[in-house]
Amino acid sequence: MALSGIQIYKLLPQTNCKECGYPTCLAFAMKLAAKQVELSGCPYVSEESKKQLAESSAPPIRLISVKAGELETKAGNETVMFRHEKTFFNRTGIFIKVKTSEGPEAIKAKITEVEGYKVSYVGMDFTVDGYAIEADGGDFSNAVKAVRANTKRPLILVGNDPTILDTGLGILNGEKPMLVGADASSWEAMADLAKKYSASLAITGDNLDTLAELTEKIKTKGVEDIVIHLKSENLGKHLALSTQIRRMALKSNFRPLGYPIITFAEGGNGRDAIVASQAIAKYSGFLVMDRFSPELIYPLLVLRQNIYTDPQKPIQVQPGIYEINSPKPDSPVLVTTNFSITYFSVANEVEGSGLPAWLVVCDAEGMSVLTAWAAGKFDADRIAKSIKGFNVAEKVSKKRIVLPGHVAVLSGEVEEELPEWEIRVGPREAVDIPSFLKQAL
Amino acid sequence: MPIEIPKDKWGGKIRTTVLGATAAEGGTRSHTVTIGGESSLPFMHFETPTPNTPCIAIEIKDRKPEDWSPILTDIWGEAMNSPVSWSKAAELAGADIILMWLTLEDTPQDAVNAAKSVLGATGLPLIVYGPGQVDKDNELLVAVSEATKGEKLVLGICEDKNYRTIVATAMANGHLVTARTPMDVNLSKQLNILISDMGMSNERVIMDPTTGALGYGIEYGYSVMERLRLAALQGDQMTQGAMIVTPGFEAWKTKEAKVGTGVPTAWGEWKERAINWETLTAVALIETGAAIVVLRHPESVKRVKTAIGELMTVS
Repeated sequence: MALSGIQIYKLLPQTNCKECGYPTCLAFAMKLAAKQVELSGCPYVSEESKKQLAESSAPPIRLISVKAGELETKAGNETVMFRHEKTFFNRTGIFIKVKTSEGPEAIKAKITEVEGYKVSYVGMDFTVDGYAIEADGGDFSNAVKAVRANTKRPLILVGNDPTILDTGLGILNGEKPMLVGADASSWEAMADLAKKYSASLAITGDNLDTLAELTEKIKTKGVEDIVIHLKSENLGKHLALSTQIRRMALKSNFRPLGYPIITFAEGGNGRDAIVASQAIAKYSGFLVMDRFSPELIYPLLVLRQNIYTDPQKPIQVQPGIYEINSPKPDSPVLVTTNFSITYFSVANEVEGSGLPAWLVVCDAEGMSVLTAWAAGKFDADRIAKSIKGFNVAEKVSKKRIVLPGHVAVLSGEVEEELPEWEIRVGPREAVDIPSFLKQAL
Repeated sequence: MPIEIPKDKWGGKIRTTVLGATAAEGGTRSHTVTIGGESSLPFMHFETPTPNTPCIAIEIKDRKPEDWSPILTDIWGEAMNSPVSWSKAAELAGADIILMWLTLEDTPQDAVNAAKSVLGATGLPLIVYGPGQVDKDNELLVAVSEATKGEKLVLGICEDKNYRTIVATAMANGHLVTARTPMDVNLSKQLNILISDMGMSNERVIMDPTTGALGYGIEYGYSVMERLRLAALQGDQMTQGAMIVTPGFEAWKTKEAKVGTGVPTAWGEWKERAINWETLTAVALIETGAAIVVLRHPESVKRVKTAIGELMTVS
């Protein structure tokens, strides 16, 4: 919890020596509270005060990084329970699991497939973040070698035998992997291992009292980068525990649970998909998938993007006139809004149809057609302004514009605003644009 | 040392709404469905019990739709040819409620016949939606409402541009209504106030805050639902209605679900992708407080049902 200027003042020497550059200790304290100066500006502050001040300024959920070379996945530093309160910051890291029992050849094949995976969503390219290697029998160091030989991404090592994990960690020189598998019986040896290799350490459990006790113990061994591996038998319990951990950290500033959560999504018949989606929406910083399949990873990557989009800043595209498939003066003119999902849905469909068109993107403050219309941000006036402002008339010979089907009601008003133009109403959904272009125009 | 878990204490409560009426209550349903009644955020069983389980409505139409994904027409097959066979198949697939859309081609008599035939085919509570054109909606829904007096159907969709006729006929014939607003907390409150001003009891209004599918604006619907639920728990009476959302409708109009060819290979196998699209949209919305999710594919119904079961487990 952040301290007030007065609270900070009480921890300072209160000698008004001015060596920090401020006239009084109180003035310096106020600047500190506003995070405009560093505590190191005071040469006389006591060690005890330093410790207290450092603790008070630490984020309520510790930032944990899993790193390999240039590639890094971070979780933590979150500040709110609900995304509308501000935003969620560090997107849940998605890792794909391989097991030593699969053998190096199968592991290599799997990694190669995942490494080749990239999917595009509204102009952004998504990939998975890394891999988890589980020691479940077989040669662990060989498995780690097989993974590392085929990817540069960060790694999570999973197992309950510290001596086996050690054989894998030895290979990952200079990296910052995560260790998963410590519990009440193994925490000490695991903490030693994490310390030795400067790895982060996840502690496994489903009881908050025990988990809090263990994170404190691990801290005394000098390991500060801790993750909570929440292992619960059903979705309801996982939701309750995840919520409680986040609340304890954010509302009670309870340090022993102020760490990111890691969730392993398991279960057949689509259960893993549901566990994963809950983890993304409800507070997991890291997510490990039991299997890789594009039809599952794609929706999860999209969900992650949606949940972690800053609600104050919808993803927008620049308003203007866009050329698709090299339009000519007689090509159709389609109108839409500058919400990125809307723009990309429409642009992709037109592009896919192979037919040329002009796409006029109106400034609707980043809202979709229906939302912008309801909010008065996409009306006849704005559409007419866009058509005139972007000099559409100079580019085309056929003065005809197509409105989105959802705003068919606007066609009369647009006709009044643009008397020289023919106004047509297109389909409601982007997916129906190609057949509309082929049949109706 | 045991940790003290922070518990939220709220003054407000979600309204309890009952769909359908049994013979003893003046209808013909084999059982009723009760939704709402929570006094905590969704599934926070450690604070207050969750009195009612979220429900799944399966969406059908009274005429076979022409524009549904082949994945859906394949799985429902012949059953789609009549609302009787379709609603029976939906009940077998695990529906708690049937939601039937009427179509523009319907005469009032067609609509009445369709509604009555579904009521005869299943014992589940029924939601009936007009085709979405003001005059047609009013014409068809009034006829259905009068012909099914006392069944406690849900009629819809009431929107700010058209709610009076639907609300009036629901009040006169003992039905409920759905009130839909486009992803906005204040618009949602406003429509509830307008409906309440007509004298409709609040318990008979189910709120549809509208959602977008995964990838197509789900985050807007998601956050509006979280905000509505928080406002309701804080005591705002005009946001305390139980919520219905239509992830099936939204998911199945996306390209990801609807189209199988000419899409990026990174999208993966079509059918499983489509079911994931519908399922993940639905589960995310259930976790924000949806009392009814309206779905289309039987496999999604199965998966969402399993998820609801796990979420309702108190441990």
